[in-house]
Amino acid sequence: MDIVLFIEQVLNGLQLGVLLFLLAAGLTLVFGIMNFINLAHGSIYMIGAFFAAYLTRLTESFALGILLALPAVVFFALVLERLVLRKFYERDHLDQVLATFGLILFFNEGIRLIWGSGGIAIELPTYLDGFIVLGSDLVISTYRLVIVCVGLVVAISLYGLVTYTRLGMLIRAGASNRRMVGLLGVNVDVLFAVVFSIGAMLAGLAGMLIAPIGQAQVGMGEQVLILCFVVIVIGGIGSIRGAFIAAILIGFIDTMGRAYFDVLLLKILTVNAAETAGPALSSMGVYLLMAGILVFRPRGLFPAQGVK
Amino acid sequence: MCRYLLVLWALISILSTPAVASETVRIGFVTTLTTGAAVIGEDMRDAVKLALDVMNGKMGPLKVEVIFENDAFNPQTGKQVTEKLIKRDEVDVVAGYIWSHVLLASAPVVLRSGKVLISVNAGPSKLAGAGCHPNFFNVSWQNDQIPMAMGEVLNRRGVKSLYVIAPNYAAGKDMVAGVERTFRGVVVGKDMTAWPDQIDWSAELTKVRATKPEAVFIFYPGKHGLSFIKQYTQAGLADIPLYSVFTIDALSLPRFQEAGMEEILGTDMTMFWAPDMGNIKNKEFVERFKSKYGRYPSFYAAQSYDAMFLIKSAVEAVEGDLDDVKAFRASLEKADFDSVRGEFKFGPNHFPIQNFYTRTVVRDSEDVWTTSLGEVVLQQHADVHASECKM
Amino acid sequence: MDTAVGKVVSISLLVIFAVMPVLAPLVGEPYYVDVFARIMLWAMAALGLNLILGFGGMVSFGHAAYVGVGAYTVGILSHHGVSSGFLQWPLAIGLSGIFAAIFGAISLRTRGIYFIMITLAFSQMLYFLAVSLEQYGSNDGLLVPERSDFSIGTLHAGIDDDHAIYYVILCILVLCLYAKSRLIAGRFGMILKGIKSNETRLQALGVSTYRYRLAAFTLSGMICGLSGVLFANFEGFVSPDLMHWTRSGEVLIMVILGGAGMLFGPLFGATVFLLLSEVLARFTDYWNIIFGPILILVVLYAKGGIGGLFRGRNRG
Repeated sequence: MDIVLFIEQVLNGLQLGVLLFLLAAGLTLVFGIMNFINLAHGSIYMIGAFFAAYLTRLTESFALGILLALPAVVFFALVLERLVLRKFYERDHLDQVLATFGLILFFNEGIRLIWGSGGIAIELPTYLDGFIVLGSDLVISTYRLVIVCVGLVVAISLYGLVTYTRLGMLIRAGASNRRMVGLLGVNVDVLFAVVFSIGAMLAGLAGMLIAPIGQAQVGMGEQVLILCFVVIVIGGIGSIRGAFIAAILIGFIDTMGRAYFDVLLLKILTVNAAETAGPALSSMGVYLLMAGILVFRPRGLFPAQGVK
Repeated sequence: MCRYLLVLWALISILSTPAVASETVRIGFVTTLTTGAAVIGEDMRDAVKLALDVMNGKMGPLKVEVIFENDAFNPQTGKQVTEKLIKRDEVDVVAGYIWSHVLLASAPVVLRSGKVLISVNAGPSKLAGAGCHPNFFNVSWQNDQIPMAMGEVLNRRGVKSLYVIAPNYAAGKDMVAGVERTFRGVVVGKDMTAWPDQIDWSAELTKVRATKPEAVFIFYPGKHGLSFIKQYTQAGLADIPLYSVFTIDALSLPRFQEAGMEEILGTDMTMFWAPDMGNIKNKEFVERFKSKYGRYPSFYAAQSYDAMFLIKSAVEAVEGDLDDVKAFRASLEKADFDSVRGEFKFGPNHFPIQNFYTRTVVRDSEDVWTTSLGEVVLQQHADVHASECKM
Repeated sequence: MDTAVGKVVSISLLVIFAVMPVLAPLVGEPYYVDVFARIMLWAMAALGLNLILGFGGMVSFGHAAYVGVGAYTVGILSHHGVSSGFLQWPLAIGLSGIFAAIFGAISLRTRGIYFIMITLAFSQMLYFLAVSLEQYGSNDGLLVPERSDFSIGTLHAGIDDDHAIYYVILCILVLCLYAKSRLIAGRFGMILKGIKSNETRLQALGVSTYRYRLAAFTLSGMICGLSGVLFANFEGFVSPDLMHWTRSGEVLIMVILGGAGMLFGPLFGATVFLLLSEVLARFTDYWNIIFGPILILVVLYAKGGIGGLFRGRNRG
C-alpha cells in the first residue's frame, strides 16, 4: 500500500471526524442534559454557515466574518431557546420531534426567502488557500489542516471544561441526574441556556468551517443531521468522550471506505458487480456499524450514567 | 355537529376554484420551486414568463394561460401535481420536468389521458427508446448525448488517461456510460459518490492525485458542482485539466464569480447551446432575458423558451383547434419555429436532432462570467436509442 | 376514552371519504378523489406505526421501509409479468412481515432513542438496497405496468377502475381500523398498553413482553406492507424515495399530529398533514414558513395532537 496516500486519507478521515464531532457535541449535551431531542440542531449548523458567508461577504474578511458570526449564532440560539425550545423541555420526545421538525421547515424556508435558493459561496483567504508539501509528494491542503487543528483544540478544551471545571461538573451531574441537580439549588434554567448555547456555537462553527469548502446552502442541515444522531448514539448519549471517539470512527470508516473499498471489492467480485455493489455497500457502512454496535452495546459505547 | 359541517364546507370552498373560459390554451408547467434545486425551476419559470411577454400572451387565436406546479424534487409529488393539472385544471399540454425520475413517474398520467407531454429538460433513455410515445416530445437532449460529445472532445485533445467522478444515481451513471461510449483512451479510475448527501470529496481527490491522470471528467449538477470544483483546486489538482458536463452553467457561474474562482475561466464542457449563439432568435432571447432579469439565462431557460415557441407554432398551425390531438401532434412534429439553438428538428422518437458544441467559460465585456460557444463536436446528432423506438 | 364528539367526528370523516368519489366531481373537483386516496394510503401506514408507537410506546423511525418492501414486491412481480393479486399480495405482506420480524428482533433489544436510531439504520439499509437495484430502475424508480389481477378462471376481477381501487383502499382501511380496535380491546392490546406503562410489572406477572412487542412490531410492519401494496397499485410507480428517512419521518409526524395511541389518530393526522400542505402550497411557494409554525402551535396548544381535541378530560 502506498504510504503517502494512506497518510493523506488518514488526514481526510480525521477532518471529517472532527467536523462531525463539532456537530455532535452540542447534540449529545443537549440530549443528555435536557433530555431534549432537537432536530433543529442541523438548522443551527446551516444558519452558522449563512451568517459566516454573509458577514464574510460584508466585511470582505473571512476571519472577521467568523469572529462576528460566532456571537451572532449564540445570540440567535439563545433567542430560539428562550422563545420556543424552553416550552418543550418538559414534553415527551414525540412532541419535541414534531415541534423541532416544524422549526426545520420554518428555518429552511426563511433562509431561502432571505438569501435565495442558490446559497452563498465564499472565497478562502489566500493565506489559507495553500498547501503544505512534506517529503516528496505528501501534499496537505492548509485549510483542511486548519479544520483538523480547530476541531482538536475544541475537543480538548471541551473535555477540559467538562472534566475539570465547576460548570463541567454540573454538566456531568445534569447528564446523570438532572432532577437532583435542580433540587440541589442549581439554577437549571441558566445551566440549560449555557449548555444549549455551547452546543449551538459548536454546530455554528462547523457550518462556518465548511462554508469555504462547499457553500452555505438551504437544507445542508438535514444532510448531516442523521449522521450526527448516528454519532451520538454510537458514542452513548450525553458523553463527550463517546461522541468524539464515534465521530472520528465514522470519519475514518467513511473515508477509508471511499478510498479503498472498491479496490478490495474488485478482488472478490467482477467489475460490473463491484461497480453496482460498491457504492450501495459503502453508503450502508455507517448504518451497519451502528446496528452492529447497538446489538452488542444497546446504549452505545460510552453511556453516561443514568441517562434513559 | 353543525359547526363541523360548517368547517367542512369552508374547507371545500377553499379547495375549489371557479371554472375558466375556453378561448385559451392552458399549459401546465411542472418544475422544482422549493428546496435548493428551486434555482433551476425559478430560471425556467422566468423564461416561460418572458416567452409569454414576447407572444403578448397569445398563441394564434387563443390566449395562453400557464399553470406552474412544484414537484418538490420528488417523484410522488411530481405525479400528484401532474394529476392535478390533468384532472383539475384540464390543461391542453403538460410541459416542464427537470428530473428523470419525476418525469418517469408522471408521464403515464399525461399519456393515458391522451394529452401531449413536452419534457423541457429530462431525457431518460426509457422514453427515447422502447418506451417512446406519439404524444411525448423532448426539447432538450437525451442524457447520453452531451457526455458522448465530451468523450469525442477528449479524443480530439489527445487525452489518453481519464479519471471519472460522478454521483451514484441514474443520471450520473448515464453520464459516465456516455463518456465511456466515445472515449478511446483508458479510464484509470472511477468513483461513484453518494448522492446527494456527499459534499466532501477529499478521499476521491486524494486518489486522483495518486493516479495522476491526464484529465478528470465530472458530472455534478446544481449546488454540488461549485463545492466539487472548489475542493478540486484546494486539493492542488488545478494543473490536471477538468472536463465537466452540466456542472458549470449560468446558474452557478455568478456564485463561482462571487467566490473568486478564476481557475474555472477557460475550462471546457460540451453543450447544445450557449448565450452567445449567433442566430437572431437567440440574440433577442438573451438580450430580453438579461434586461428583464439582470442575469444570463441558463440552458434550462433556453429549453423552456423553445418549448413555449414550439407549442405556439403548433397551436397556430391547427388554428387553435386543440381538440384534434392528431393534427396538433403532427404540427409539433414539424417543429416549425425559430429555435434559440438555430437549426432544430425532431427525430423519429420525438427527441431533437441537433449539433453539440464545446463551450468555454469566459469573461464578457462587462466582466460578467458566462459561457461561449466553440467548435461543433457532433454534427446533427441523433441519440442512440432512437432505433429502438417503434411508434 | 374517545368522547361522543370524537366519535361523531371520526365517523363523519369516514363518511366524507366514502362519498368523495361522488361528491368531488359534483363540485367540479374530481382531482380530490386522488388526494383523498393518497391520504388513506398514508393513513394506513400511520395506522401501522401507531399500533406500536401509540399503544406499545415503541417509536420506530423506519416504517417507510416496510411500505417500500410491499410496494417493491408488487412492482417487481408485475415488472416480470406476474400480476395475480393472489400471489402478489400475500407475498408482499409476508415479506414485509419477515423484514419487520428480523429487524424488530434485533431492534427491540434497545430502548428509547437507541431504538429510534436502530430502526432508522435498518430502513436506510433497505433504501440503499433499492437504490442499487439497477435492473429495477435504481433512483429513477420502476413503473408498475398493470394493477393486481384477481381473476379466478374465467371470472374477471380487478381494480383497474379508478373508483374500484378507491373503494378497495377505503374498505381495507376500515377493515384495518376495525381489526385494530378489536385487537386493542382484547388481551393482546391490554398487554401492549401494559408494556407501555409498566413493562417490569408485566414481566413480574410472567408475561414474556419481548415476544408481544415483537409480534406487535411485525404486525405493524405488515400493515405498512399492505399500504405499500396498495400504493404500488394506486400510483403505478415505485421508487426509492418511498423508503427515504424523510418519508418515515412524515409518517411519524402524521401519527403524532393526529394523536398517538388513538384509533382514529392516524386518519386525522394524515388528513390534516396532506390537506394542509395541499392548501398552503396554493398560496405561496414558501408555504413551509407557515406550515412549520402550525406544527409547533399544534404541539403547544393541542396536547395529544388533533385527536386530543376531541378527547375528554380523563386522558387514557
